[in-house]
Amino acid sequence: MHIIAFLIRRAIQAVIVMFVISLIGFSIQDNLGDPLRELVGQSVSEEARDDLREELGLNDPFFVQYTRFLGNALQGDLGNSYFFKRPALSVILDKFPATFELVLGAVFIFVSLSIPAGIYCAINRDSWLARLIMTGSIVGISIPVFLTAIGMVWLFGVELGWLPAFGRGDTYEMPWGWDTGFLTWDGLSHLILPSVTLSSIMLPLFIRLIRAEMMEAMGTEYVRFARAKGLSTRRVRYVHAFRNTLLPVVTVGGLMIGTLIAYTILTETVFQWPGMGFLFLEAVNRVDTPLIIAYIIIVGLIFVVVNTIVDFIYTLINPMVKLPGAKG
Amino acid sequence: MISLKGFLRRFFSDPVAIGAGLVLLVLVLMAVLAPFLAPQNPYDLMQLDIMDSEMPPSWKPGGDPRFWLGTDAQGRGVFSTIMYGTGISLLIGIGAVIVQAVLGVTLGLIAGYKGGWIDSFLMRLADIQLSLSTLMMAIIALALFQAAFDANIYADYAIIMLIMVIGIAEWPKFARTVRSSVLGERKKEYVDAARVIGLPPRKIMWGHILPNTLTPVLVISTIQVAEAIMIEASLSFLGLGMPVDRPSLGSLIRSGFEFIFSGSWWITLYPAIVLVALILALNLLGDWLRDVLNPKLRRGED
Repeated sequence: MHIIAFLIRRAIQAVIVMFVISLIGFSIQDNLGDPLRELVGQSVSEEARDDLREELGLNDPFFVQYTRFLGNALQGDLGNSYFFKRPALSVILDKFPATFELVLGAVFIFVSLSIPAGIYCAINRDSWLARLIMTGSIVGISIPVFLTAIGMVWLFGVELGWLPAFGRGDTYEMPWGWDTGFLTWDGLSHLILPSVTLSSIMLPLFIRLIRAEMMEAMGTEYVRFARAKGLSTRRVRYVHAFRNTLLPVVTVGGLMIGTLIAYTILTETVFQWPGMGFLFLEAVNRVDTPLIIAYIIIVGLIFVVVNTIVDFIYTLINPMVKLPGAKG
Repeated sequence: MISLKGFLRRFFSDPVAIGAGLVLLVLVLMAVLAPFLAPQNPYDLMQLDIMDSEMPPSWKPGGDPRFWLGTDAQGRGVFSTIMYGTGISLLIGIGAVIVQAVLGVTLGLIAGYKGGWIDSFLMRLADIQLSLSTLMMAIIALALFQAAFDANIYADYAIIMLIMVIGIAEWPKFARTVRSSVLGERKKEYVDAARVIGLPPRKIMWGHILPNTLTPVLVISTIQVAEAIMIEASLSFLGLGMPVDRPSLGSLIRSGFEFIFSGSWWITLYPAIVLVALILALNLLGDWLRDVLNPKLRRGED
């Protein structure tokens, strides 16, 4: 019962967030730019304009217009991009693979580095290496992601010329229309600098989080008991203590998805990575309203889906959610 | 709590704190005294000469002694624009944190003291807002603002918009901190005593409970200023923040980025160093303050 109640509450929250986002999207459409001018230009008479306005339903009351907007949005129709003259949703979704692969590359890097580093710093708290990592992490937190990106472009792209610093390189189109850069050497080499940059801002946060959680877990009764039972230090550390750190790490990881998407905009801008964030900024500069709305709705959807999945994982890992009334 | 004397003693015995404090002091002085100390006034178009553009720092071949750190593409001295730009970054950072603190402390006090549905509503809102991420919300808000108004109007209101957007987006951090302190204080005897003598809730909240929750507020304020400055720099770098003719450190880096590949690295590098030094000094001081003023938090982390 507990899980179901939890998931229902989560679903209600997701619906509320999407409702607010759709309201924002609609009010943008209502207030930004004039759809008539985009459609017919300046040369049409005032009378023909009024007819068209009536025909398009632009004189309907707010609620009717909003319902229509919502109905269209639910069917995936967010209007045509003014610039690309194609459905805004498909313009955005064409760029989704690029952003997704960038994020995947970054997640792979920071997860595979922050777990060992965090555990090491928690266990060997006073060693010089742990201190160096902790000092490095506060320096890392203080460097804005676009500066890391510029530094990478300058050092590896321009000065040393080791790695390509712009664009996505060769991509391979999968049968279902997904453009991947993972399958070509050129695509992979283009991925390195942007994904290292994107992970560099998350890495210090996760090292500090894993370290703090690990140290707390090592002090709990549960871990002390496992040790008293005679289990090996190694088993106690990596099975008992580390498992307890996963829960907060997953939760915080889910909370970071909004921040991560914001950082993709910055990273994509510097590396001219042809993803959704880069497209969004271009759309802002061109006042391409349907594209702006489509981006906001897609990002909202990603956000809601990821948070719901994280909550679901949470219920799977956390024994307390499964057994109501039981104390840790 | 700790006495002022003890506080100062701990400050002067910690080399990291002294170093961070010094860097911050120098940068703040540089920004405040910019109108008196800066070799040029980058806002005064009369002083700019396009012939001076893209000059390297004065010690490099082709450098000019008038421009210690070189000039940018418009012929503005990089050193002078950094002095003024640091001021704008600090102004927005501190302004945004004041907005955050006023909103957050008020709502946190109400949530903690009143409890009930107001509390759960505000905290739920805080959760959602925090997970949406300040940077993301700020990018979208400013992108819409920029798309809706023309560039001149945008330039006039950019500072106020940045302060308000970053301020409103980050109130939950203060609200949560204050609320949890209020929950601890609410049950204490002095609050009961104040209630028994018939003081109105407003007086109890603001006059009696609030002063006892200010230490953690002070601790997070420093780190929040660092974060606000970082967010402002990111927005300006994307072209959604301060315009090029009234640059913050972020917009300076944005305008320099184009010229990195033609070899004019100084336009980007020096503002970048100042920006990182500013954020790092604030973060280090914030960590140090937390350790000194809030030993409980320290134990939790160590």
